[in-house]
Order: sequence, then structure tokens, then C-alpha cells
Amino acid sequence: MALSRLSSSSASRCVDLLINPLAAAAAAIPRRLISSDTTPITVETSVPFSVHNCDGPSRSVETTPKELVSFFKDMATMRRMEIAADSLYKAKLIRGFCHLYDGQEAVAVGMEAAITKKDCIITAYRDHCTFLGRGGTLLECFSELMGRKAGCSKGKGGSMHFYKKDSGFYGGHGIVGAQIPLGCGLAFAQKYSKDENVTFALYGDGAANQGQLFEALNIACLWDLPAILVCENNHYGMGTAEWRAAKSPAYYKRGDYAPGLKVDGMDALAVKQACKFAKEHALKNGPIILEMDTYRYHGHSMSDPGSTYRTRDEISGVRQERDPIERIRKLVLSLDLATEKELKDMEKEIRKEVDDAIAKAKESPMPDPSELFTNVYAKGFGTEVYGADRKEVRSVLP
Amino acid sequence: MAVTFQGLGAAAALSLSGSFDPNRLHLPCRRSLSVTRLSFVVRLEERIVSGSNLPPRRAQQLVSKAVATKADAASASTASKPGHELLLFEALREGLEEEMDRDPQVCVMGEDVGHYGGSYKVTKGLADKFGDLRVLDTPIAENAFTGMGIGAAMTGLRPVVEGMNMGFLLLAFNQISNNCGMLHYTSGGQFKIPIVIRGPGGVGRQLGAEHSQRLESYFQSIPGIQMVACSTPYNAKGLMKAAIRSENPVILFEHVLLYNLKERIPDEEYVLNLEEAEMVRPGEHITILTYSRMRYHVMQAAKTLVNKGYDPEVIDIRSLKPFDLYTIGNSVKKTHRVLIVEECMRTGGIGASLTAAITENFHDYLDAPIMCLSSQDVPTPYAGTLENWTVVQPAQIVTAVEQLCQ
Repeated sequence: MALSRLSSSSASRCVDLLINPLAAAAAAIPRRLISSDTTPITVETSVPFSVHNCDGPSRSVETTPKELVSFFKDMATMRRMEIAADSLYKAKLIRGFCHLYDGQEAVAVGMEAAITKKDCIITAYRDHCTFLGRGGTLLECFSELMGRKAGCSKGKGGSMHFYKKDSGFYGGHGIVGAQIPLGCGLAFAQKYSKDENVTFALYGDGAANQGQLFEALNIACLWDLPAILVCENNHYGMGTAEWRAAKSPAYYKRGDYAPGLKVDGMDALAVKQACKFAKEHALKNGPIILEMDTYRYHGHSMSDPGSTYRTRDEISGVRQERDPIERIRKLVLSLDLATEKELKDMEKEIRKEVDDAIAKAKESPMPDPSELFTNVYAKGFGTEVYGADRKEVRSVLP
Repeated sequence: MAVTFQGLGAAAALSLSGSFDPNRLHLPCRRSLSVTRLSFVVRLEERIVSGSNLPPRRAQQLVSKAVATKADAASASTASKPGHELLLFEALREGLEEEMDRDPQVCVMGEDVGHYGGSYKVTKGLADKFGDLRVLDTPIAENAFTGMGIGAAMTGLRPVVEGMNMGFLLLAFNQISNNCGMLHYTSGGQFKIPIVIRGPGGVGRQLGAEHSQRLESYFQSIPGIQMVACSTPYNAKGLMKAAIRSENPVILFEHVLLYNLKERIPDEEYVLNLEEAEMVRPGEHITILTYSRMRYHVMQAAKTLVNKGYDPEVIDIRSLKPFDLYTIGNSVKKTHRVLIVEECMRTGGIGASLTAAITENFHDYLDAPIMCLSSQDVPTPYAGTLENWTVVQPAQIVTAVEQLCQ
């Protein structure tokens, strides 16, 4: 039944192609003309915002078809990348730690939609997708994961140290919570240079119990810095559920004097709305805490199966009901911005892109041995780094 | 400040001849400088001798003035003006102020650096001059404000983070090690961290164990940072300026007991080299390597040694990471004996690393094993007599030299 329907629609489209060459040209590209449409659409977020010490934004989000389709594409790319990283890790091409972000893509994508590349983002070690969102390429990503020269940190950082300075992505940090003071420092620098940009410092529910968060929040509020602290609450700090780690799991309220907003982190539009609101707030009134209620399908990292502290039913339940990509897919289909086939074609193309990037990254060479000693110090006053044998000196002894 | 006024004939002399003979330092005044516990104000008064005689002054010290690093000889030697006299903390402030005037990206953050003027007065007056956005009083949250300084440095700002006491920076160790030291490397060179972290450390006057820590031994393994220790007003100002101008993260170690040292420094601007050691007293018999406060104990011992007929070469290594193996190596080649005098603890201190470095590189030139005098491996006690015995005293230095030079 379905097959015949499909074939008839494709048949009618073939007729269209013959009559209208422009449509033919458009149809030859896997995107329809509608995906670049910028007429605004308003969508209601499914879950209301919870607020603390502030009036939250409205539930009606302004978006455009182009944006929705790009959400889908970006999130599908991120999802595909993370799944590919999973297989690469199991094939021992990626070593060490690999923390995957699948399930949480809406946070990265929604945030990007609300801000510019001049705003800064800093996050912890679950940074592959945030890096992509900031404009990183798949090749840089996979090369870095495999420790190759073409990686974004030249292969010297690894999974937890992705950075992209020119688009304001400050990493990529391995120590839980340490990026929060750094993020407040970025906000301080923005205030110092008076450039009306903000910093989003992301951390997890596990890091929310770190003292340095509250220290940095105190200073940020005292000095009125344009800092937005975003708690990506995926409800598990590695293997410890949030109710076992935090006396008060209402992370958006824990800023006390700082206003807070709790957002459905699986809804990219809600995230976008919240981040827009937060940016305006931070520029006028100082720091604000956002809590993104999200979920990760994988375990904490590749060495964690993710099922010893939560049931498989829970994971599949969330996947069925709250998956961010499915939500956007349903929205796109219901608003008739693309057909199911087109979305599937898009996903196929993304899969191919990812595979190509992996193949190219596999061919990329490992860093030279001399790279061991580069970038330890910035070249400035002629400091030479001494190798293990310490034979390098600046001039010859008599 | 009489560092390399080569044209004018260097240091001041107590002797009635105006000339200076480095090989024969006779000191009519045996009054010791910093040994008495009653005063730790050391006077390093220097006058530029242009052939005139100077009347002896109370507690004047005859120190052959440190020959400045080669790079700075040019700027210093053109002085026709005598310079101006100030205390070490004022020299630090002068350096800081000049850099803040020169570059609007330089800012200071720390506890009580602003309105209070700094707990050791290094930042006094700066908040009034530059405002609250450039001289920032932080709450007592070392981890956070050091992290913030590093974050700000990632964008191009040049913060000078003050630890009220170096020991407090242990709370920020994670930020200093992982973020400050390693970010340039792990980002593949994308981020430079031009931060300066400074503060007083070392054993003071009965400050207790927790406030008498020597953090240079803990920080020395962190890759990516540079460490320097200042010991005179001249090098304090020069190193402060160099540290601020450096693109690398620099930790500047000051000493609680040296803040009130007085010296005459040039009026002209000068910036010292962060990686060079300072030749305090050239000599022939033995190389004594030291830094920070122990320099003064060594110089005091040097007086005794000279009277006994020895000719020690004293080098203030200044650069704790990386070591200036060039200057040190040249000295070892000349004297063939090395004594290291430091305030760090025996285990894992700067002296331990320096011993290893010299042995690895200059083993063939040594006539005797390297001796390293360090503080005892104990928490610094409160009682005055015990505290004295924790650190190296001049008498021990004299004994060590005599032992080595047998």
C-alpha cells in the first residue's frame, strides 16, 4: 500500500520534472526550495519553563523553515558522528576517553541558533558536538579523535580537548568543573573590552556540586559579568544518579541570588528560546543559570556500558518519547517542510559525509615526533624547550 | 643601581680608593646584614662612583654589583643620571604600573589588591589610578579567580594574578597545572596564556608552617610555564616587566622577607631576560648557585669566605624554569665545583632538579660532587630558633665551601 503510494507520488514528480526544468534542477539537489524559506513560523514549546528569580521567556518560539531543516541536518550529523565514533572506539582507532553526546544534540544546536560566533562557548569533555556546532568540520573532529595531524588540536589534545578559537569555542576540558572559572574569565574579558558578547559556560549535573562553580558564580555576579552558566543535566554524574549526588537537584535554583531557568533540553526550540533570553538577560542584568533537562543514550564514556545504573527501559523510553531529532522530524513533516523521503535522503547523505570524513581522517598522518616539543611555550623570548637529554643550548660553550 | 655601568667602573666601594677589584673584597665592616632577627631591612645602597670617595656608612654592604644580563647592558650603561632609590615592593609596583600604562590589556586581580592597596603594598595606588575594572579585588576564592585570570588570558587579556601568599595558590593548583600550563599545547597552539601569577612565598619571620611554603618545588614540573624568582629591586622590576610582556604563563616568586630591600635603580626603562641568570660575584674557586633570599645568606658567607682566602663565584639563577644552563655551564667549566644553596626542601626542590641538570650536562667538568644545601624536610616551625635551623644559614655555607674546596 505504502509502496504504491510512494511510486505514484514519484511518478507525478517525474511529470513535474519534464514540464518544469527549474523544479528539475531543484529536485536534483536533495533539498527542496522550501528549506531556504525564511518566513517565520511560531512553535510552542511542549514543556513550560521553570523559573527562579526571573520572568522566563514566552513559550512561543519564532523560527523559520530553513532553521528547522538545518536543526534536523545538524543534529543528524552530530548523532551520526557520535555513533561513528562509537564504532571507531570499538575498533581501537580512538583510544583513551571518549564521551559521547548523542541524545543531547538539541542543546548544542539550539544554543548555536540563538547566538553568534563572537559569543564564547566553553564546555567540559563531552565536546564533540559542541565543536561541530561552532563550525568545526567532521574531518578535524575525527582526525583529532584518532590523534592525527589534521585534528583541530593537531592531534595533541584528543577527545577532551577540542578548541576552535576563531569561532569562540574554548574547549574541551578534562577536569570536572575547572572550565567554569575559565568561562567566567572569558566573560570578564568580554566585559573588559566592552564588546556586548556573552559567554556560555557549560557543565554537567556532576560538576554542579563543585565548589569552584559557586566561587566563580559569586565573582561573576559581584562584577556583573555577561556569563551564562548552563547545566546540561543528563541526570547521571557518570554512574551516580543526580538524587544520590545532590541534596538539591534543582540546579537552576542553586544559584540562589542568581536567576535561573529550567529548560526542556530535548527540544531544540526551547533551548534556542532560553539561550536568547539568557543572552539578553546577561548583557543587562548579569549572570543567569540555565538548566537543560537532557539525556544521554550512551554511558558516561565508552568504558561505561551505561546500563548498570539505569534500566534499558528507561533509555529506550526516553529515545521513544523525547528524542530531539525525532521531535524535529515530526515537526518538519507536520509543517510539510520536507517529505519523509527527503529527510531520509538527507540522513543518507550525512552518513556518507561522515564516512568520507572518517576515511580521510584515517589517511591523515600522525604528528611528527618533533611535534612533541612544539607549542609547549609560545615563541616569545626565545625560550627553547629542552628535550629529555637536555642537550639543546642556545650557544656553544667554550 | 650599579649593575652594569661598565663605562663607569661598577660597584660602590667602601675602600678609600674608588676602584673596584673583584678579587679582593676586603670588608672593614663585619657587621652582618640580615642575620639579626631584629631587623630584616637590608640596605643595598649603591652610588655610582665617578672617581669620588665615599664616606663609610652604617651597615653598608660591599657587594660587587650584579653584572646585568648582556641584553640589558646597553640600556643601563648609558645612565648619566644616578637613578632613583626605592624598596623592592616599590620596584615591583613601578614595573607593574609602567606596564599597565603601556598596555591597556594588563589588569591585576587578587585579594585586597585594590582598595586596600595590596597586603604587601605592591599594588598601592593602582586602583585609584586605573579604576576598578583594571585592579580587581576578588573574594577569597583562589581556584576561581586564578581560573578566571586564565580564561581572560585565553582571549588576549594580560592579567596579573596575585596570590596573597604563594601557599594559597595550592588551592588553584588544578587551574595552574592543567589550564595555565597545558592549554597552549592541548589546543595545538591556538591559545596563548600571557598570564603572570605572582606572590610572596618562602620562610618568613615565624609565620608558621602553612604560610612559609616554597611552591617553586611543586610547580616546577608543570610543562608550559616559566618560573622566575626575583631577589633585588633591580631584577624585581625587570622581571615583572618581562613576565607581563611574555606570551607564556610566568610565575614570579617573590619573598616575604625581601620586600623592604632598598636599592638604586635606573630611571630609564629596562626589561630583563626571563631565562637568564645573574652573575652576582665572579670568582675562581667554586660556583655557588642560589636564588631569592638565600642569595643574601650566600653573599654574607662570601664575605667570610673571602677573608679566609676563597674566591667564590656567586650566581643568582633567577630563572627557575628553564634553568640558564649557559651561564651555569660556563661557570662550572671555570671553577669545577658547585654548591647549590636554596630555600626549597631537600626532597624534590629546585636544587634537586638543578643538581640533576648539571650532572647530566657538565659531569666531565666537575672535580667534586655537587653539594646542595636546602631547607630541612620539615614543616616550618613557629619557634624562632627552630625556624632558623630549618633554612640554610651562612655558617653552613662556609663549611660546605671549605669541604668542597679541600
